Amino acid sequence: MTTTYPTLQFGHSEETQMIRETVHGFAQEHIAPIAEAVDADNKFPRHLWPLMGKLGLHGITVPEKDGGTGLGYLQHTIALEEISRASASVGLSYGAHSNLCINQLRRWGNAEQRAKYLPKLMSGEHVGSLAMSEPSAGSDVVSMKLKAESAQGGYLLNGNKMWITNGPEANTLLVYAKTDPNAGSKGISAFIITPDMEGFSTAQKLDKLGMRGSDTCELVFEDCFVSKENLVGEVGQGAEILMSGLDYERVVLSGISVGIMQACLDVVLPFIHERKQFGKPIGTFQLMQGKLADMYVTLSTARSYVYAVAAACDRGETTRKDAAGCILYAAEKSTLMASDAIQMLGGMGYINESPTGRLWRDAKLMEIGAGTSEIRRWLIGRELFGETA
Amino acid sequence: MKVLVPVKRVLDYNVKARVKSDQSGIDLANVKMSMNPFDEISVEQAVKMKESGAASEAIVVSIGPAKAQETIRTGLAMGMDRGIHVTTDEDLEPLAVAKILKAICDEEGPELVILGKQAIDNDYGSTGGMLAALMDWPIGSAANSMEQAGSELTVVKEVDGGLQTVKLQMPAIVTTDLRLNEPRYASLPNIMKAKKKPIDAKTPADYGVDTAPRLKTLKVTEPEARKAGIKVEDAAQLVDKLKNEAGVI
Repeated sequence: MTTTYPTLQFGHSEETQMIRETVHGFAQEHIAPIAEAVDADNKFPRHLWPLMGKLGLHGITVPEKDGGTGLGYLQHTIALEEISRASASVGLSYGAHSNLCINQLRRWGNAEQRAKYLPKLMSGEHVGSLAMSEPSAGSDVVSMKLKAESAQGGYLLNGNKMWITNGPEANTLLVYAKTDPNAGSKGISAFIITPDMEGFSTAQKLDKLGMRGSDTCELVFEDCFVSKENLVGEVGQGAEILMSGLDYERVVLSGISVGIMQACLDVVLPFIHERKQFGKPIGTFQLMQGKLADMYVTLSTARSYVYAVAAACDRGETTRKDAAGCILYAAEKSTLMASDAIQMLGGMGYINESPTGRLWRDAKLMEIGAGTSEIRRWLIGRELFGETA
Repeated sequence: MKVLVPVKRVLDYNVKARVKSDQSGIDLANVKMSMNPFDEISVEQAVKMKESGAASEAIVVSIGPAKAQETIRTGLAMGMDRGIHVTTDEDLEPLAVAKILKAICDEEGPELVILGKQAIDNDYGSTGGMLAALMDWPIGSAANSMEQAGSELTVVKEVDGGLQTVKLQMPAIVTTDLRLNEPRYASLPNIMKAKKKPIDAKTPADYGVDTAPRLKTLKVTEPEARKAGIKVEDAAQLVDKLKNEAGVI
């Protein structure tokens, strides 16, 4: 762990600890100092991408033979945690780029697609994105309406995608569309889209509550022709690609919530020493110590669950309910913790000079993106009930 | 040319050092330990020399407990070629460290040893000088910049009130100051490659060095808390205090 106080170690390997230290050092030097401006200006700091590529962060789960770093989901989660501790917004863009786009292409792209798209995504020259949600298809993602009709040598895409992280900046997008609107989940296919395709455009950049600077927009497809070489996997395999990807996405993105929780402690700990009331540091008061204890225990609990599920994924023991479970827990707790951090800073916590408001606004997204808390609970309950029938 | 870089595992510079309740030393249980920041600068310098072709091999050495191996791995991940780990659980004094380093120099025959000018734990700042004396080699201490031309080394040193430039004939010792370079972050692929680089396991006995301490630590205490400043009523009082109490004007 990279904390200024003694803390529980999780028995991670020497390399995993070194990776955390490298990412922590990099994130604190290059990302933390711009976190406030990225939020205020709502502008994606694209200059970070090549720097992160040089460090080997983008291709972290891509095998060495494909030019990646060849590491696992645990290391990816920890890297995302340390980046998000510095700026959750940069963390979200990095998660969408490295997991949703790169890791999905790594898992499902054929050799030609991997060779064509991965190198520039991994170097950070290109930004990646993934698009599933639509204006009327969020939790009910299978009801998506983006059509992909067969055409000479490929497909014609018509429709929209909404709330697409990295959309305005993306050079490579993995997009799900209906190749057979009447076949339900079996009618979805996955395509690689590049913004130079005719008929593709991005609409307005969204003005969000939090995660500002992780640019989000709507994608518009108007008779957008996609060559059949850009079909990922088989026709009709899209839902399988999407759902299995969500399991890894949820685990890795849990790192964002864990990073936000650590950031809360990073802000609160020095404050309760410096801030004096009634002639004493406020950290000497038992009500403050009680809050602090709850924060530390909650963070350690979330870490334990998240790391355990990520390590299980690396052992090939991926379970849908634990992928949903670890992000459900970490996301809800990080919003509550950021709220407590505001409370502990009092008046200081409520002004935008302090990072606590940003932490709270950023934390909230994690209860909505990659499946809402409601969808996660539904999945876990349904799976568990089904497995015990 | 072979370059040798000794590194020390110390309490991370971000961590607040706490004295053990029995005053026997600093409490190191469960706290973050890292490579001494000055040693990171030494490693960076050696790796740069390798990249420029000036150095043919860069060896990282650490003398310390089993966990010092992590510090060696960090050096390897930054780009050093191989490691030597001299295992000891004792907190060695600079003279014992310098004697072990001399034995390693005799064995490895480096033409340049780059050390941090001090370790941030005990702040002795003397190992480099002692090693230079034992080897009878020239030393450029507190290097702010260094340049090599053939067997000659030009070192700009940070001294009180300015910079001093010296020329050394190699083999030589250089100790590094903070402004010599900016250490790189080990990239993730290099962290993985470092796993495969060899580390020789040694003990002080292998080098026939007597590491018995010559100093006895009686007690370690926290520095006295800084007293808060005061507010003066007016400029006259300020001048009076500066003149008669602080004695600075």
